[in-house]
Amino acid sequence: MEDNAVVKVEHLRKTYGSLAAVDDVSFEVYQGEIFGMVGPNGAGKTTTIECVEGLRKPDGGGIQVLGLDPQRDGYDLRRRIGVQFQQASLQDRLKVWEALDLFSSFYPRSVDWNVLLEQLGLGDKRNAPFAQLSGGQKQRFFAALALVNDPEMVFLDELTTGLDPHARRAMWDLVRDIRSRGKTIFLTTHFMEEAERLCDRVLIIDNGRIVALDTPENLIKTLGAENRVVFTTEAPLETERLKTAPAVTRVETIGDRIIVYGRGDRLVVEVVNNLVSNAICFRDLRTEQPNLEDVFLSLTGREMRD
Amino acid sequence: MRGLWKLTRTEMKLFLREPMATFFTLVFPTMCLLLLGSMFGNKPVKQFGGLGFVDTMVPGYTAMIIATSGLLSLCTSIASYREKGILRRLRATPLQPQAILTAQVAVLFLMAVLGMALLIILGKLIYGLHIPRNPLPLLPAFLLCAMSVFAVGFVLASVLPTARTAEITAMALFFPMIFLSGAVIPQALPETVRRISQILPLTHGVTLLRGLWAGGTWCEHLKEVCVLSGVFVVGVIVSAKTFRWE
Repeated sequence: MEDNAVVKVEHLRKTYGSLAAVDDVSFEVYQGEIFGMVGPNGAGKTTTIECVEGLRKPDGGGIQVLGLDPQRDGYDLRRRIGVQFQQASLQDRLKVWEALDLFSSFYPRSVDWNVLLEQLGLGDKRNAPFAQLSGGQKQRFFAALALVNDPEMVFLDELTTGLDPHARRAMWDLVRDIRSRGKTIFLTTHFMEEAERLCDRVLIIDNGRIVALDTPENLIKTLGAENRVVFTTEAPLETERLKTAPAVTRVETIGDRIIVYGRGDRLVVEVVNNLVSNAICFRDLRTEQPNLEDVFLSLTGREMRD
Repeated sequence: MRGLWKLTRTEMKLFLREPMATFFTLVFPTMCLLLLGSMFGNKPVKQFGGLGFVDTMVPGYTAMIIATSGLLSLCTSIASYREKGILRRLRATPLQPQAILTAQVAVLFLMAVLGMALLIILGKLIYGLHIPRNPLPLLPAFLLCAMSVFAVGFVLASVLPTARTAEITAMALFFPMIFLSGAVIPQALPETVRRISQILPLTHGVTLLRGLWAGGTWCEHLKEVCVLSGVFVVGVIVSAKTFRWE
């Protein structure tokens, strides 16, 4: 894995006045993966991604992207990457096709943007002025601009912020599609669910420092958090009886709802067997796995919510 | 180069789609000329040194067009491009950053030239505008005047924090400037006002353009040339030092 790193960041540091926005951050991004940086707003995600893109000058540390130094070789780098900003806009009266045509002219090599528009579902917005696009359309349009030079690597900063759930899922499909074309993706998000579902590896950042870096599965596994089985019963339940099952660690009762905590894959089986053998009637049984949200909570002691 | 060319063409289209900018650069000065020209005609007047009203107004309106594009349009568009993140987005491409600003200046300069051409053509056709026997010295004067005013526009766009403050400040400077400089009201200003107007670069632009139009030479206008060049140099230095892309 070490050899196919397309991004190498070592001890990156960036301060604004006395505030250290990014403090001693080191990581690598591998060829062909979807790499996600997650954290609350103001954690240092945008600063980091913009230093890697070469748009911000770091105060310390080293960065290499596609074998280039983003500060020294900025021109060469910008030809080979595609960038989507967290907050960007274009001229209100600029039409979609004009913008794509314009951006194509900035690169020595570009793809047929008509195909790109169709792929992104913007085929019928070809002549629409920028100002008339909806939030989701703008995001897809900026994704098209980021892909117009057929980049080796794509940077997506807060790609789905402000999108409704449907549009968000469509963006996820788009990102997976870009990856399937052999491109490396470096994205930031403050949605833990997005990172968990979309990314091959996730870097959790908080207050400018790396909190954790691994695959979502490993992050959740190392947390060692308990799974939960939740159900309701008609009649009040003697909870002590449930605790006899070996997988169960504790039981909570909230009204008529019972939450059983435990570890291992046998938890559900043991709980259900226990209920059936004791002839207890239960309804609405479901299981809950710990997610990245729980990982963040346990690592920082805070909720991810802004 | 291909990128710069395309960007300039695109900016040109966008300019023409903006009704306000097009109106104030191309339509409004022409309207003023037709309106006031029809009232005062272009008979030689002693007060204007043997020239007619239209002969005096064309160089004045030219200066006004330069102020419209260099001060109002340039300052507002660059400040809003920065605020909207358009400068940032363009800078993330291999396009040279200077190309972004060059395209803006090129389009606005071209529009000012177009506005001036309209004034001259209409003035000549309708009012028999007197054109100097040797119009060549006028071209560098127009260029110098434009460079100086554009530099002031750049300073405002660099120094002011938001698009809104940039627009308001540009307006607050523009209106007194076109009146006090004599660009719209010729030589009828009281002595005190005329003295105050000396601090405005446009006043010297108007004096230079009008003087050369009346057949004067560059040597007679060394003061104006020095002031305009000085404003240009200082403006370029200040904006180079303070310009922000975001």
